[in-house]
Amino acid sequence: TQKQPGGVKPNAASSNLYDIPVFGNVSVMHYTDCHAQLLPVYFREPSINLGIADMRGRPPHLVGEHFLEYYGIKPGSREAHAFTYLNFEEAARTFGKVGGFAHLSTLVKQMRAQRPGSLLLDGGDTWQGSATSLWTNAQDMVDAQLLLGVDVMTAHWEMTYGAERVLEILENDLKDKVDFVAQNVVDRDWGDPIFKPYVIREINGVPTAIIGQAFPYTPIANPGYMIPDWSFGIRDERMQQMVDQARGEGAQVVIVLSHNGMDVDIKMASQVSGIDAIMGGHTHDAIPQPVVISNSGGKTLVTNAGSNSKFLGVLDLDVKNGKVRDYRYHLLPVFSNLLEADADMSAHIESVRAPYKEKLEEELAVTDSLLYRRGNFNGTFDQLICDAMIEEMGAEIAFSPGFRWGTSLLPGQPITFEDLMTQTALTYPSTTLNNMTGERIKVILEDIADNIYNKDPYYQQGGDMVRVGGLRYAIDPTAGIGNRISDMELNGKPIDPDKEYVVAGWANVNEPLDTRPIWDVVASYLRNQKTVNVTELNTPKLKNVAGNPGLAKSFQQ
Amino acid sequence: TVLAAWPKEAFEANSVDSALNSLMGQSQLEGSDKIEIKAPDIAENGAVVPVSVETSIDDVESISIVAEKNNTPLTSAYVMSPRAEGFVATRIKMSETSSVIAVVKAGGSLYSTGKEVKVTIGGCGG
Amino acid sequence: MANTIKIRARVSGDTTTVKALISHPMETGLRKNSKTGEKIPAHFIQEVVCEHKGDAVLTAQWGPAISKNPYLSFRFKGAAKGDTLTLRWVDNKGESDSIETQIA
Ligand SMILES: [Mn+2]
Ligand SMILES: [Mn+2]
Repeated sequence: TQKQPGGVKPNAASSNLYDIPVFGNVSVMHYTDCHAQLLPVYFREPSINLGIADMRGRPPHLVGEHFLEYYGIKPGSREAHAFTYLNFEEAARTFGKVGGFAHLSTLVKQMRAQRPGSLLLDGGDTWQGSATSLWTNAQDMVDAQLLLGVDVMTAHWEMTYGAERVLEILENDLKDKVDFVAQNVVDRDWGDPIFKPYVIREINGVPTAIIGQAFPYTPIANPGYMIPDWSFGIRDERMQQMVDQARGEGAQVVIVLSHNGMDVDIKMASQVSGIDAIMGGHTHDAIPQPVVISNSGGKTLVTNAGSNSKFLGVLDLDVKNGKVRDYRYHLLPVFSNLLEADADMSAHIESVRAPYKEKLEEELAVTDSLLYRRGNFNGTFDQLICDAMIEEMGAEIAFSPGFRWGTSLLPGQPITFEDLMTQTALTYPSTTLNNMTGERIKVILEDIADNIYNKDPYYQQGGDMVRVGGLRYAIDPTAGIGNRISDMELNGKPIDPDKEYVVAGWANVNEPLDTRPIWDVVASYLRNQKTVNVTELNTPKLKNVAGNPGLAKSFQQ
Repeated sequence: TVLAAWPKEAFEANSVDSALNSLMGQSQLEGSDKIEIKAPDIAENGAVVPVSVETSIDDVESISIVAEKNNTPLTSAYVMSPRAEGFVATRIKMSETSSVIAVVKAGGSLYSTGKEVKVTIGGCGG
Repeated sequence: MANTIKIRARVSGDTTTVKALISHPMETGLRKNSKTGEKIPAHFIQEVVCEHKGDAVLTAQWGPAISKNPYLSFRFKGAAKGDTLTLRWVDNKGESDSIETQIA
């Protein structure tokens, strides 16, 4: 067997996992959507990720067995556990936790040593998603990025700390160290650019442009009032200009560091020419190999590197005579027990947690069932949040946002306050209780469903369907807006369009509110329950998706 | 220069046809690939939707911007002198998801192209 | 009503690009005061004219569906750097403002 490089523990079962051959002369590493998870976690990949229209059965809309078949991954293997939800509990106990910045850092250092001059790209959603990131106003993550050696980043949830804080971090922490790039963010008044659109860095003498693409729908999916002077959007045309401009300045390789979401990236790759690779995030899809898209200028690779610091993407390019000739790509799962913890990063993580340790480690309850979130519809952790809102707030119906972040817990694990915060830590956590007519409820569900299942990815916003408590409904993802949602009922009775219902929710994007934060509501519920067991999920009845490879075989109805 | 009086009736009309009829005495539109309308796929704010219209049609007399599903669809009209190039940009209010239509008047005929702009409730995310 | 207009005019080749921002409420007449419940009267710009050397190069006719603090951009030919450009607006209440700028 080959000798394992420094810091990587030998493991008979997968001795070659991190021993990937060096290739070419230009290497770029990429992680994205870590959602501030500094420590190793469990993270269950989705069992429902439906693609409709052109997206049906195409990456990233493959789950479980369909995913393994498509990529030729052996069932029951370590890789099968990393990339799918299959047999999750047992596999998680066998292979252990994933991610953690100390372990990621070891892997980055090893790849750097093998690939001198390589760049580390951070795709955004780095500053948000944990208690400590919220309580330190993102400082813990910014310091972690600097320690990790991030070269270039773009953003999405970063913006929910407000424009002023973003600019402060750029000025105080990132200046001359990390290039923050976003070609698609402009001033609302005149349309002037806010951030650097791209940077050109030399990798082994090859000028390589990294163009930033922030999440195009930030002011819609998140509170616009936090970034009142900035306008986002996809801005294909400016992207094309930036590609051409960077090429004009001598860039031989053009990479887009994107937070579009994978379906949007794939469409963009077909419309903009001259991009060698779009390294994407936002939709949290862990995709082992790039999707290759043809366009008028040639071919563009599209990758997506998962979430929760669970993966490191490594793109090796062979560049000769000013052109990319060939490539190799690896999406390496970060298995915490195969990678030693980096000492400096461990010390940093320990120091940021120290002041909050007691609060973080409070055991609110014990779970008897697997708790997870990720998937198009309710996960068990969402169900718990909805149950808590109904019980604690006196609602008939609860809505909880379809976020794709939030970690998993195995049966028998305590639910700590820190675990709860992986599901709820945002800067606008206020809960709401409103009377809504049945008709209004339908409009809301239709609106959100269209953001996920619109046939044109440019009209999608990423994320998943709103999670619901109380209300039952049926959904036809293949229909158009206004016709997807049907059979709405509450306690066995059809929803009356004219009747008002008491609806609880949280994460209101319209205005700042000063009500009870969601983590208080759920913590209080959990303390009373002591033990929770979520076995029944309020999943809608699915129509017209039988046989869809984005639906796990066990979920076929 | 003599300016046309503000076309009150056209701005108060409740349909695209009646607005155009009132404004220009006709409403027959011919689709044209010589007009490009730019607007966001999803509006960041329905009260402020950036729209620009660019056309390579010669001798443009006017460009009008219409939000089909607004109660009063005509948002604005731009009378172009011979020296004006075929381009205008502004920001409009939209009450709901709708097609935004650019109507270019040239040589006595009306040419048009449209673009769907989604006005959404917002929230959620990955 | 002074200083309601911010303007940028730049010439490149034979084409001058004009961008203007105007401070104006652009009230539709349909909104209600949230406290009193009374309708807020319509108050919106109806016409914007841009003149170069006595020639109205563009006349915009606006209804209340133009956004608050309106934006207008257009292009025209035949002007040179340093030329004066005038932009003026008038609203439904007869209020008006204008600005002169040198093309950069
Ligand atoms: Mn994310
Ligand atoms: Mn995101």
